[in-house]
Amino acid sequence: MTDATNNPGASGPTARKHTSLLTIDVNTRKRNRAEARFRSYGIAAIAIGLSFLVMLVWSILSSGLPAFTRTVVEIELTVTQEEYAAAEDQLFKTRAYQDLLVGSLAAELGEDVDPESVERIIGSPGAMLRNYYTANEDQLGEAVTFKLPTSSRTDGYFKGRITREGQERSTFLTPEDLDLADEMKENGIITSEFNWQFLTGTEASDDNPVAAGIGASVVGSFYMMAVVLILSLPIGVAASIYLEEFAPKNRFTDIIEVNISNLAAVPSIVFGILGLAFFIQFAGLPRSAPLVGGLVLTLMTLPTIIISTRAALRAVPPSIRAAALGVGASKMQSVFHHVLPLAMPGILTGTIIGLAQALGETAPLLLIGMVGFVALKYPDGVAEGLLDSNSAMPAQIYTWASRADQIFYEKAWGGIIVLLVFLLTMNIVAIVLRRRFERRW
Amino acid sequence: MSPFWILIVIGVVAVLGYVGARRRAMSSASGNIRNLHSLPNFYGMNALLAGLVPALLLLAVWSAVQPIVIKQSVQSIILDANPDFGSGQLSLVMTQVQRLAEGLSNAIGAGDLTREQVFDMRADLTDVRGRLADLGVALSGDVTQTELQAAQRYMGISAWGDTLRAFAVIAASLLGTAIAFVKTDKDYRARNAVEFMTRMMLLTAACIAILTTVGIVLSLVFNTVEFLRLYPAWDFFFGTRWNGTSQLGLLPLLWGTLYISIIALIVAVPIGLFAAIYLSEYASKPVRAFAKPALEVLAGIPTIVYGLFALLTVGPFLLDVFGDGGALGVDWMSGATAVMTAGLVMGIMLVPFVSSLSDDIINAVPQAMRDGSYGLGATQSETIRQVILPAALPGIVGAILLAASRAIGETMIVVLGAGAAARLSMNPFEAMTTVTTRIVSQLTGDADFTSPEALVAFALGMTLFVITLGLNVFALYIVRKYREQYE
Repeated sequence: MTDATNNPGASGPTARKHTSLLTIDVNTRKRNRAEARFRSYGIAAIAIGLSFLVMLVWSILSSGLPAFTRTVVEIELTVTQEEYAAAEDQLFKTRAYQDLLVGSLAAELGEDVDPESVERIIGSPGAMLRNYYTANEDQLGEAVTFKLPTSSRTDGYFKGRITREGQERSTFLTPEDLDLADEMKENGIITSEFNWQFLTGTEASDDNPVAAGIGASVVGSFYMMAVVLILSLPIGVAASIYLEEFAPKNRFTDIIEVNISNLAAVPSIVFGILGLAFFIQFAGLPRSAPLVGGLVLTLMTLPTIIISTRAALRAVPPSIRAAALGVGASKMQSVFHHVLPLAMPGILTGTIIGLAQALGETAPLLLIGMVGFVALKYPDGVAEGLLDSNSAMPAQIYTWASRADQIFYEKAWGGIIVLLVFLLTMNIVAIVLRRRFERRW
Repeated sequence: MSPFWILIVIGVVAVLGYVGARRRAMSSASGNIRNLHSLPNFYGMNALLAGLVPALLLLAVWSAVQPIVIKQSVQSIILDANPDFGSGQLSLVMTQVQRLAEGLSNAIGAGDLTREQVFDMRADLTDVRGRLADLGVALSGDVTQTELQAAQRYMGISAWGDTLRAFAVIAASLLGTAIAFVKTDKDYRARNAVEFMTRMMLLTAACIAILTTVGIVLSLVFNTVEFLRLYPAWDFFFGTRWNGTSQLGLLPLLWGTLYISIIALIVAVPIGLFAAIYLSEYASKPVRAFAKPALEVLAGIPTIVYGLFALLTVGPFLLDVFGDGGALGVDWMSGATAVMTAGLVMGIMLVPFVSSLSDDIINAVPQAMRDGSYGLGATQSETIRQVILPAALPGIVGAILLAASRAIGETMIVVLGAGAAARLSMNPFEAMTTVTTRIVSQLTGDADFTSPEALVAFALGMTLFVITLGLNVFALYIVRKYREQYE
């Protein structure tokens, strides 16, 4: 743009003579090209950013969705009174039931099957069959349909996690077993169904990875979020009201302000160290307890809630306060009767977003021992839910991600889908609240 | 009396105080509300708060102090018997004593033993461990006479303290209510009193932020000092080797942290900055309305998701490209976890952080400056490069510093994606480890909190806290200064 004035010699008087608005000269062309280039950098940056998002979502969905289905063997079994008596007479009773199952399978497929092969495909369901028949003796002689989850490798084969080539030398699942499994699939014996156990189940040991579910840690997260909500909402709102409406402008309140904005940027792991040193070492609260997790996350969430609450309070116009004071309300009454109710939608939105952040936070939970804890059962009551060791969703996902068996990776991605569904719901609620109740003054 | 019942009692006292004080106020005004100084509810609230607040404070303080006093008193018994105990042994014995005391109180609660039986017990005459095992309490070793005595003292003081606590708290509640009730009169300024107390409570809530900071600093400083007593400071700050047990040098960890952060910023800054420029200067309204929230979704995704993405998607992909027999035919990478893996994913995480902060800052540049530049004949890109960016530069630097502080403190991505080997190397495809990763690995598991291996985590935390705090304060200072310039 400054070429013409800065370098008059470069284009020269002769060049200038031919310049016309109707023809585009070289310099303008160059500048326009630079303009287009610059613009395309911007578009490229946004495209790259969005493609990251797409890749992330695709990677989550493609690896996580299989966790919500499971491969089951659906088989009809008729055990007669005599077979039952014979099986109960044997030394290895569960073995005998398994043989009955293999026999029924062979009959259905119309060929002999290797019992060991069957065991590699569906594990050892003998004990479960025996328990069923000893509990329901009236079902003897009747046809009963059993749904048995397959072993984790068979499950992986049908979901594409395990290839036939990879199993050439495996002793856990041989290519012959896969032939049998394929045949069972063709005959409709092996089917795939929605895996409720993943949503309701608890953590499982390495021997039985198929059964692992996220249910217990959802409950753990729920208790933690309850603690966070109960503590951080009142404290956060009270602190914001003080700072926004009452605080005199002095050194002390300045310190509080600077403190809050810095706390919001302290790495989350430092809060974990605080939780470990103060709540567990000093105060003697139990490790891995949702109560401790909730307390640590409360301290982390408070700055977020305070910052958004103050913004909501600031958005209420001063005329509201002036009007309240004008009709004789005290300062306190004007705040609690008029300003606070008007700021409530904004406060709730901020709180929900703060809670969503806390729900996905993992690092502090590692330090207070919520990782590696095997949550094998649901808590029995509120006190136990708060004080007994439990896991939380992100901690459970981390535990699965550090296990050796590949099926746990699938579970980890599945757990992420569950976590993201919760986060998405919370954020949508926050957006709806804002849209529905937000007032522009 | 358990805290639950204490709370119920003082709750009832306070509610009775509310009703009583309200009545008294009304009757002192001979039933005419206009003779009162404040609304009748304020008189009630005044009594309610007077009954609750001091009593609750007392309950909280007492519950915090009592265990410490008991511990001191019980420890003295053990130390008298074994004067040469170290702190580790002492804490082991204390745990045993605590479990013993809990087991015995449970036995009393269940009716298996009477109080007298427990206090007459002698370790050399009764098989305490066996009897408790029958009742379902497992102890780690045989019980000595000193331990039993300590446990008996523990139980004695606890029971006595709990009773005294109940009396003191309920007395405080009654006294508070009574004073408020007596003061209640039609001329008493109840509203002012209630509002003063409310204001104090609001102030207390605001102070929790300070308490948190104080708590963080204290827990870090005490343990760091403890660590530096056990391990030479020079070797920690300038040591070039780290193996987690005997060699605890900070430099390799700091290098890993910085290297990963630098790669993350190389990814995030150009993308974030150009995205912000495009969104604020070029994009049409609908594009902006779609692209801005879509980019910000990246910021709302929990870091554990990014960690898993690094470990299971990006790492194996990079290995396919740069690893042995990969697409490029180079053998630079030997495992999926590497500086590059963690850096790339962290960069993705930081893109929205850089873009939305820079977007705000670019929008804050006054329109008059743009108009002036267009008026001189500059194209849009020339205006951006020569007018807007120089004007917004301090703010953008602030935004980048904030992003850097996020990158340094980030934990889950590096725990899952960066590996565990501490080394000082320039190869970005090698696994390296960071400060945050080591904090996690030193403190998870059943570490003994008095050993240097565990305490080093606090020193690392302190380093992290100081670096991120410094970056933040500096960045906020720059951003604020810049804002003032155009306001």
